[in-house]
Amino acid sequence: MIEVSHITKRYGEKLAVDDLTFTVKPGIVTGFLGPNGAGKSTTMRVILGLDAPTSGTVRVNGKAYRDLPAPLHEIGAMLEARAIHTGRSAFNHLLAMAMTHGIPRSRVDEVIEIVGLTEVARKRVGGFSLGMGQRLGIASALLGDPEVLILDEPANGLDPEGILWIRNLLTGLAAQGRTVFLSSHLMSEIALTAEHLVVVGRGRLIADTTVSEIVAQASENSAVRVRAPEATRLRDVLAGDGVTIVSDEPTVLEVHGLDSERIGVLAAGAGCVLYELTPQTASLEAAFMRLTGEAVEYHAGTVPEIRELERAA
Amino acid sequence: MSTNAVTARPPRAASPGRGRVTQVNVIRSEWVKLWTLRSTRWSLLAAVIAMTGLGILVAFVQMNRWSQMGPGDRLNYDSINTGVGGYHLAQLAIGVLGVLVISGEYSTGMIRSSLMAVPHRLPVLWAKIGVFSAVTFVLMLISSFVSFFAVQAIVTQHHVQHSIGDPNALRVVIGTALFLTVLGIMSVGIGGLIRSTAGGISLFVFLLFVLPGITDILPASVADSISPYLPLNAGFTVATSTFDPGSHHLSPWGGFALFCGYAALAVVAAAIGLLRRDA
Repeated sequence: MIEVSHITKRYGEKLAVDDLTFTVKPGIVTGFLGPNGAGKSTTMRVILGLDAPTSGTVRVNGKAYRDLPAPLHEIGAMLEARAIHTGRSAFNHLLAMAMTHGIPRSRVDEVIEIVGLTEVARKRVGGFSLGMGQRLGIASALLGDPEVLILDEPANGLDPEGILWIRNLLTGLAAQGRTVFLSSHLMSEIALTAEHLVVVGRGRLIADTTVSEIVAQASENSAVRVRAPEATRLRDVLAGDGVTIVSDEPTVLEVHGLDSERIGVLAAGAGCVLYELTPQTASLEAAFMRLTGEAVEYHAGTVPEIRELERAA
Repeated sequence: MSTNAVTARPPRAASPGRGRVTQVNVIRSEWVKLWTLRSTRWSLLAAVIAMTGLGILVAFVQMNRWSQMGPGDRLNYDSINTGVGGYHLAQLAIGVLGVLVISGEYSTGMIRSSLMAVPHRLPVLWAKIGVFSAVTFVLMLISSFVSFFAVQAIVTQHHVQHSIGDPNALRVVIGTALFLTVLGIMSVGIGGLIRSTAGGISLFVFLLFVLPGITDILPASVADSISPYLPLNAGFTVATSTFDPGSHHLSPWGGFALFCGYAALAVVAAAIGLLRRDA
């Protein structure tokens, strides 16, 4: 259980986290979602006692992180930025970490096997690929066999096989009843493993909800694309309470608030010819972008481009 | 294969025999960290070679040139100083390694892993200092004795050798190891304070080697009153048997005590920074 309560973190002029409050409930996977620069990594560093919040408090299993007598046994973490000396071998890194808690060597070998690094365990970490580095980070997190896991962008740099592996690993850990708090800037990745979602943008809380709720919201916002020669007449036929119709091209309508069956029936009743009737289900990614759209720190392009992306999705 | 290993294992929420963070455990961890880096092993080897080799080399050269040396030089020749002369080179290796012991963790991000495991933070600094200074002291003490006896054997040809029982001899040989150890502690403090390898080594070199050079430019009356109190000049005293005639210096143990004070200052500053600043 992680309780984040009104934390604010300011680096000089820059406000990285702005009055953030949420709880990571035990026994489930909670996704921590937000665009790059939203303050996810900062929040995680604050939870882990690495950065002191400007104000606010964080409790891990009821205590401040620094008051945990054996932190590695309670909470295992993998940070996005590498936190490993590149001159040491994977085994020696894990051994040095294990020593601080008196964890036996056999556990070091065990976690190396769990993450599949046995063959390269004696090689220097400096020569590791991004994916191998991620696996070593996860091994460090699992070292103390903790009930709570914090993983910052665990799928970063992994190949498809690696992503599948981490997904199975997380599902396995959650099935054991562990608490997993996992950050990502990709909704699709999180939706597959997480049950609960904490969404942030520009350091602020945007949503604290469940994945199923987001899915429901996404489908509520879905539209139907209608192509008809008499689009203008059809528009009047379909118009009504709770119905919004947008049109970018003369013969194409985007209808919100009516499903495709209802549109078909209404069009037939009015004798309108339809060339196309396509339900546009909004994806999770689109739902996420709609949620965070206004809070994206560094826009690659302009907002209309994002709208187009939503439509494409 | 790997996923099965995780799912097959039942959760061990409260399995017995779980350790906790203690100062002894953190010292064990730092011991592993020190010896598992190639750079550490090379630096320590370099320090040992420098500490034993330089004095022997210098003694050979001096003995070969003995006939060309002036009578005053021959009279003032102190084979005890030559015996521990290796510290002039060894101090560089020890100082750089001391900075690296901690700055290497900041440059690679390792410090975050270290502090996540030991959130009280200070035990990490104490363990680093404890392990590094113990290793430095043992290695430098052995090297210092080896160098001393080897040099005395070499200078026997001109009958200027000293025995370990002679005045100052034992104090200088042990003092050299003490000086290098405290120098190492000071550089760990500097590394912890500056956090970057380049910056830490620069400050170390500035304080110990550049600063004395700057005071040399000052008028003699000013330089004479400042120079003995500079870190390196104060620290040297315990590793020196006889001083150049007319030079200004503190007493061996008084100078060494001041040097310890400087080292303590660096360590306290590093400790405050470690507690107060984000990692």
